[in-house]
Amino acid sequence: MTQTTPVSGPHTHAPGSVAWNMGWVTLALLPATAFGVYLFGWPALNLLLITILAAVLFEALCLRIARRPVSPFLMDGSAIVTGLLLALTLPPWAPWWIGVLGAAFAIIVGKHVFGGLGQNLFNPAMLARVALLVSFPLEMTTWITPSPLFSEGAPGFLEGLAITFGLVAIPDAVTGATVLGEAQTGFSRDLGLSETLPGVYAPLQQALGFVPSSLGEGSALLLLAGGLLLMAKRIITWDVPVAMLGTLVILSTVFMLIDPERYAGPGLHLFSGAAMLVAFFIITDPVTSPSTVAGRLLFGAGCGLLIYVIRTWGGYPEGAAFAVILMNALTPLIDHYLRPRAYGRTRRGKPLPMKNTEAPAPAQEKRP
Amino acid sequence: MFSFMRKRPVFQGGVHPDDRKQATSGLPIEPLPLPTRLYLPVQQHIGAAARPVVKAGDTVLKGQMIARGDGAVSAAVHAPTSGRILAVEPHPAPHPSGLPVETIVIEPDGEDRWLEDPDPEHALNLEPEAIARRVAEAGVVGMGGATFPAAIKLNLGSRHHIDTLIINGSECEPYLTCDDRLMRERTDEVVDGIRIMRHALGARRALVVVEDNKPEALAALQTRLYEMDTIEAMAVPTRYPMGSEKHMIKAVTGREIPAGKLGADIGVIVHNVGTAYAVHRAVRMRRPLISRIVTVGGGAVRRPANLEVLLGTRVEDLLAHCGGTRQPPARLLMGGPMMGQVMPHAQVPVIKGSNGIIALTEAEINIGETMPCIRCGRCVAACPCGLMPLEMAARIRKEDMDGAVDYGLMDCVACGSCSYVCPSHIPLVQFFHHAKGVLGARREQQRRQEEIKRLAQQRRERQEAEARAKAEAAERRKAEREAAKRKAEEAKAARAAKETPKTPAADEAEA
Repeated sequence: MTQTTPVSGPHTHAPGSVAWNMGWVTLALLPATAFGVYLFGWPALNLLLITILAAVLFEALCLRIARRPVSPFLMDGSAIVTGLLLALTLPPWAPWWIGVLGAAFAIIVGKHVFGGLGQNLFNPAMLARVALLVSFPLEMTTWITPSPLFSEGAPGFLEGLAITFGLVAIPDAVTGATVLGEAQTGFSRDLGLSETLPGVYAPLQQALGFVPSSLGEGSALLLLAGGLLLMAKRIITWDVPVAMLGTLVILSTVFMLIDPERYAGPGLHLFSGAAMLVAFFIITDPVTSPSTVAGRLLFGAGCGLLIYVIRTWGGYPEGAAFAVILMNALTPLIDHYLRPRAYGRTRRGKPLPMKNTEAPAPAQEKRP
Repeated sequence: MFSFMRKRPVFQGGVHPDDRKQATSGLPIEPLPLPTRLYLPVQQHIGAAARPVVKAGDTVLKGQMIARGDGAVSAAVHAPTSGRILAVEPHPAPHPSGLPVETIVIEPDGEDRWLEDPDPEHALNLEPEAIARRVAEAGVVGMGGATFPAAIKLNLGSRHHIDTLIINGSECEPYLTCDDRLMRERTDEVVDGIRIMRHALGARRALVVVEDNKPEALAALQTRLYEMDTIEAMAVPTRYPMGSEKHMIKAVTGREIPAGKLGADIGVIVHNVGTAYAVHRAVRMRRPLISRIVTVGGGAVRRPANLEVLLGTRVEDLLAHCGGTRQPPARLLMGGPMMGQVMPHAQVPVIKGSNGIIALTEAEINIGETMPCIRCGRCVAACPCGLMPLEMAARIRKEDMDGAVDYGLMDCVACGSCSYVCPSHIPLVQFFHHAKGVLGARREQQRRQEEIKRLAQQRRERQEAEARAKAEAAERRKAEREAAKRKAEEAKAARAAKETPKTPAADEAEA
């Protein structure tokens, strides 16, 4: 016990701590992560471990430099979650240095430059992903056709190491494009969705995740299950995911009805491009999302809107990260203006007007 | 009839702490044997301290007033048993500071002899003022822990139109079961107290509000209330802080007290069930408040119990009766774990507001290491007052007290819901107490400066007036002197003229 005994209550506490929350988030991500590793084989596992390890090491380094106690902050698990989330958004066969650079950017620039845990303005994993995407567009868009672990043609352990450490080039035969990427390419060639989608988009395949995707975003259903688990455990709130996914569904439905050739429907939007990962695990990050329900609804809706806009009219089909970063920047503003109404006060902070209770009301006498 | 159409009686926010009432909710109230000494602080209530009317060596009878209420907001103190006054001296008070307050020490003589025979009179024949007077004479205060003199709140009916009297039987603090047992075992007395209070206030209806984790108490009340009765027993969901006046009114009536106003301003008065019982004793039986029911609980206590305790009994006597502690308690509390106060040691006495003596183990407190705020907003969701505790704490941390006030610091009721849920284990309530202390000191400082300025101004004016008076006096004296001189000269001249009328040289010399 390092702290002095507080004289004021409460003298009991709800179970839970930062480490507890981070532990549950990790646990909820585990199925999707395991599926990603299964789908993309050894190189994916290498990248995952390298990224997480790097994140933890950079965290320790930053804490040491900042002369903060290393072990309690390392044990809170936030660095592991950041590393894990970053790895899940990377192309599964990306080289080792992508993971290390990303982790360094996320932890050092994304988190500790702002002052460490709880102080960062942007989601560290998303900030790192954006930085990597802008800096290394080739490595960051080399998607892999699923080649499940131990299946025919999948790289073995040593081959995996060779791919991760850049000793062999990724054969063109195994690369593919994501469905959002295909659609985008199609538009640039004046092809409608009815021409581009067949062959690359099958709703069930997409939902289950047997498609080219980043390491962990593929299986929308497993991510959804993890998200629902966190909601049930009250680690995350319902408002942000519902607002984001709801906005995405409404927008895509409306535009699909306007022009189905140009605009994809809600199914494709929900089950591709990390929508589930973002909705349940990225924008629910407590630090970078607003702290009131109204604020979080607005924040989630903003994320959904921006994701749709960037995907549909922007240059980055996999641009959810940009949407998150933009909304993160708005969070302090949202928190400043969307305050809850205090008891006994109006929204503007003035005392509630007095209702005239002096008048004896015979009409009320009848009420029970 | 249309109960399904009624809104669920709740308020915004709040938390669901594990109520841990099972240990004592089934245990009947047992009287604590007469202790060897009683320590009665003259300050057991909100307001001015009572003034002792006895001195060391006096013998007192049970129920005799030993300290008189002093001023408009105060409460009398009575001897809980017959005996001898040993001393009137400072003694550690049941407060975290353990600072001494004036305390009347009684050595019981074991006879427990009452001052007078009870003189019951039909209370509902009494005028509201007479009821309030009896309650005041009996030294009754809010028994839920707030300890505000009850008579003042009973008098509000004359100045406000009160339509609803709410009797708070929610007992939302974990561990505590004293109100639960009171409602179950002394239902008739409680209901009678409510009738008296409703009559005193002139309220149209009275509602006894019980959280739904106390079905036995609710059932006991309902069997004593009749269809045509103006008293109604009502179940509310178990949610902390249901017992807070503001939030109970909101949950039960849907009304919100405007900031800076009182419940009476919107026609509602809230009293605790313990107060109802004390009012019954005071008005119907003419018995002053000399005992109360205390829950002794917590994981460190060997044999938890609900005890009826004479005021002034030391906490150690209660613990000893309960078989002592299993292990040294990590925290010894008076009151519940959410808003109770840490006791410096067990030698402090039980006072009018002590509803529980809770000895907690390390595991029950669940102290976690304080981590930085991760802005998760759980405190915002938990705050029943609609505040943003994280923002207030962030400002207080930077000594920006005005910023914290802007975020509603003064609307905070210090219920502790925010600290309770904080995953980073930040002692938010501690921050708010600190800030309120600083602001209070600042106000005091300002008041003092203004006082000094006023005094300095007065002094200057006085000095100026004195100087003026002095100057005037000097002026006057000078004028008088000159007048006298002139007179003398004239007299002299006259004399000289008489004596040597024909000497011009002498005339010149005179000039």
